[in-house]
Amino acid sequence: MTIQLGLPTRGTDGVPTVPDGTSLTKKDFTSDQEVRWCPGCGDYAVLAAVQGFLPELGLRRENIVFVSGIGCSSRFPYYLDTYGMHSIHGRAPAIATGLATAREDLSVWVVTGDGDALSIGGNHLIHAMRRNVNLTILLFNNKIYGLTKGQYSPTSNVGAVTKSTPAGSVDHPFNPVSLALGAEATFVARTMDSDRAHLTEVLRAAAAHRGTALVEIYQNCPIFNDGAFELLKDRDQAEARIAHLRAGEPVRVGSGDAAQVVVRDTTGRLAVVPVGEVTDEQQVIVHDPSDPDPSQAFALSRLDDATMQHMPMGIFREVTRATYDDAVRAQVDEAVERAGEGVSLDALLRGKDTWTVDGTRPGEVEQTLEGEVTEGPTAAAGDALVQEADEVRPE
Amino acid sequence: MADMSTTPLTQLDRVVIRFAGDSGDGMQLTGDRFTSDTASLGNDLSTLPNFPAEIRAPQGTLPGVSSFQVHFADHDIATPGDAPDVLVAMNPAALKANLGDLPRGATLIVNSDEFGKRNLAKVGYTSNPLEDGSLVEAGYQLHALPLTSMTVEALAPFESLTRKEKERAKNMLALGLLSWLYSRDTAGTEAFLRAKFGAAPQILEANLTALRAGHAYGETTEGFAVRYQVAPAPMPPGTYRTITGNQALALGLVAAAERAGLHLVLGSYPITPASDILHQLSALKRHGVTTLQAEDEIAAIGMALGASFGGALGVTTTSGPGLALKSETIGLAVSTELPLVIVDIQRGGPSTGLPTKTEQSDLLQAMYGRNGESPVPVVAAKSPTDCFDAAIEAARIATAFRTPVILLSDGYLGNGSEPWSVPTVADLPDLRVSFASEANDLDGEGRPVFHPFKRDPDTLARPWAVPGTPGLEHRIGGIEKADVTGHISYDPANHDRMVRLRQAKVDRVAATIPPLEVDDPSGEARVLVLGWGSTYGPIAAATRLVRATGGHVARAHLRHLNPFPADLGEVLRRYDRVVLPEMNLGQLAMLLRARYLVDVQSHTAVRGLPFTAAELAQVIHEHLLALAPEEVSV
Ligand SMILES: Cc1ncc(C[n+]2csc(CCOP(=O)(O)OP(=O)(O)O)c2C)c(N)n1
Ligand code: SF4
Ligand SMILES: [Mg+2]
Repeated sequence: MTIQLGLPTRGTDGVPTVPDGTSLTKKDFTSDQEVRWCPGCGDYAVLAAVQGFLPELGLRRENIVFVSGIGCSSRFPYYLDTYGMHSIHGRAPAIATGLATAREDLSVWVVTGDGDALSIGGNHLIHAMRRNVNLTILLFNNKIYGLTKGQYSPTSNVGAVTKSTPAGSVDHPFNPVSLALGAEATFVARTMDSDRAHLTEVLRAAAAHRGTALVEIYQNCPIFNDGAFELLKDRDQAEARIAHLRAGEPVRVGSGDAAQVVVRDTTGRLAVVPVGEVTDEQQVIVHDPSDPDPSQAFALSRLDDATMQHMPMGIFREVTRATYDDAVRAQVDEAVERAGEGVSLDALLRGKDTWTVDGTRPGEVEQTLEGEVTEGPTAAAGDALVQEADEVRPE
Repeated sequence: MADMSTTPLTQLDRVVIRFAGDSGDGMQLTGDRFTSDTASLGNDLSTLPNFPAEIRAPQGTLPGVSSFQVHFADHDIATPGDAPDVLVAMNPAALKANLGDLPRGATLIVNSDEFGKRNLAKVGYTSNPLEDGSLVEAGYQLHALPLTSMTVEALAPFESLTRKEKERAKNMLALGLLSWLYSRDTAGTEAFLRAKFGAAPQILEANLTALRAGHAYGETTEGFAVRYQVAPAPMPPGTYRTITGNQALALGLVAAAERAGLHLVLGSYPITPASDILHQLSALKRHGVTTLQAEDEIAAIGMALGASFGGALGVTTTSGPGLALKSETIGLAVSTELPLVIVDIQRGGPSTGLPTKTEQSDLLQAMYGRNGESPVPVVAAKSPTDCFDAAIEAARIATAFRTPVILLSDGYLGNGSEPWSVPTVADLPDLRVSFASEANDLDGEGRPVFHPFKRDPDTLARPWAVPGTPGLEHRIGGIEKADVTGHISYDPANHDRMVRLRQAKVDRVAATIPPLEVDDPSGEARVLVLGWGSTYGPIAAATRLVRATGGHVARAHLRHLNPFPADLGEVLRRYDRVVLPEMNLGQLAMLLRARYLVDVQSHTAVRGLPFTAAELAQVIHEHLLALAPEEVSV
């Protein structure tokens, strides 16, 4: 890990906390609005987990903001008694970026769906992650468009029969974790609506992370895609399929006689093999989310496929990199500080090339070369002369 | 530079010079420097840069021609001038592309070095116009000078520079010569060069040498029978500078934020001709300005809106194609009732259109380019310096009424420049805003409660309650909200009420704007010329021309396009005829006809260039003639 001199390191640094000796409860984070998801929707469980977890942060409620897009899941902010914005389809990461950059004293969360984040909002999502804005993004993946009543989404499997794909989807899906790793997100995790303990554990790490934390949450939509994650929820099935990612430990699937482990095979690829077949201990990979090189995390994210035979869950990657909002603020603060008392808006308006018209002698002009010079090039002054070209005016 | 000339001086009241050359010849810089030196002499002036969309079109071709026109005078002027009195042409392409705009008798200063066979052929000249007598025959005063070789010769002592490098300083030689011819002092340019090339002494000296060589050539040559002087224009006392529209707009935003006590946050995505504002503001961090270059225009406005939600003055800058992408988020800002300034530096459309040319064709997009009933105040700047005031006005409306405001400028204003009487910050409007800090209502049981959509009775603005304020936690968004409480509401009557409230709020802006100023000096006019945006200069110049020939014509210009000033209908009905020139196909005319049932007469052109004063004067004359044939002498 690199050491950040002068910059905050925890996700919630700079956000005011509740007075010492006091604490908030789940009830404090519950708004007076009636929750309107379908009975049995996985969103309820996530809401309960988040409401239950937020008091643990010890932050002032008024300094927490949830920004969402559009979709069933994006109704989330209405049910939390914090500040919130239910914005437009796909754009929440952009809005949250502006808010988080303008206000370092806020803990900013994004709630989005698989369609919201990966289809219409794909561009904003990847750019938020590459910039590493200090946001926690909860991506509710139900592999379907819920709110619009059941069309396939960018995470639906090939062959998925939905309202808009009666003959089966031919669209190759995104793996959100792979995508996030490809975009160089600094924190990437996967968890599940129904596993409250795991979800809370991931939320805790995500909130503590300074930078963009992408949390994919598998979420069941009982109405339009029921049972999409059943293989991971059924106790026995889950045991045989889920690979819990734990820092410093080998990546294991199953237990007892069926125990398997992830190894790097002779071609350099990752493979899941029965523990008994491991010939060389060196082959067994040890999970290291803090590895600056994302390639092993990426390879792990490729272990799962539509069959869900092997499903890594947990934190894939957790590395430190300067955040966009901290860096933007630091540049401004530093410039303001350097200018100190000397900064004057009047001088800025005058610019560096002024002349004075004196009323007593009409037409009399006196030229001065004073005032403030801008830091960068001015609009009209191109750079022709012996050095460069001046007219750079493309589309 | 000491003045050693013996050439006789002639006094002129106004001059229009156009510098034209290849994109790489540095004509924008040359024009810019000439403008600065002219400004410091106290002339009134107005400029029009005109450049190709390509960074470097093939050298020596017509598409690669870039030009800069400057009009300066000993009196108040309104436009960059219809036709150049002097054309400086650095190559055959520049000559060919601009000759058509030159009236008989105009002066031509041409770089003869570039008139070789190949360059002539590139633009279709079969014989050399500098030598075949055609230009002189056509009545031009031709000065064919080997500017390139003169420059190379003057720079002979600079052994470390290559010939190519030396050649590139020819624009400075031309500038020196023109400065001599029009009696401009080059001290400002010398200071500019020193500041710019202080770190490269060779290059600095080379440029200064070329500049001085041009001036010295003028002094010693007998090629020019006279040189000219244009006296300073009487201007109100004050401190002046020249400024482009985009610079003024950027400064207006900074000043507005300061006067509002808000942090300025710009979200922007580069696009011609708006990018300069992003560049300007990015260089003003020491004034506390935050600029975010987003991944696209949608993100740019999203970032600005997010910042506004957080209590900043959120601003986004773009041109027409970008405004199209921002529509949905503008709708969100209408619904959430947050302040936001959206700046559109219009260019030729549709689609990519003419990126570097000017047009006023986004008015209807600004007014109506959104789904639903989505009223947005629209203000327009009328001149380069007015971009400063227009930015402050847009910010005033946005913050006072908690609404997105669209500010329309265009490529002509953005890149054009003129002298600006620099205001004092303390004299600018006070835009202070107050954030909500406590409960503003009582709930059913009489307990204090915060209602995010309880409105100010005067402005109908809702409270601006920013995150971090204890007790005011609330949720906003694009789904229809219940009046007062702000809860989600699908109630039909509530929606009808909210649609009307949002419209009424925007309508109330009219109560805060001054009555329309009508310029009707004789009081006898029957024709009113109405304009908006950058047609201000050409209309002002045209009405002057008409009045100078005894015609009576009134003139008014709209700053506010939505809502209109309260007395607009009354003003329109006062005249027998309303003439409305627009650089579109009649967008404002359509709005006025619909709103006031007045038979507005459109005059439209979409050539990518501003109207000329002569063209508009002709149009006005025709209308005067149509109304009263016997009274008008054309
Ligand atoms: C610009 C725009 N296009 C389309 C829609 C319609 N729409 C609303 S939500 C949605 C998809 C939601 O899917 P997802 O993000 O997966 O959320 P879920 O409902 O499944 O939680 C669509 C297409 C919209 N609201 N806005
Ligand atoms: S449609 Fe599906 S995702 Fe949406 S609320 Fe109902 S169950 Fe939940
Ligand atoms: Mg979904």
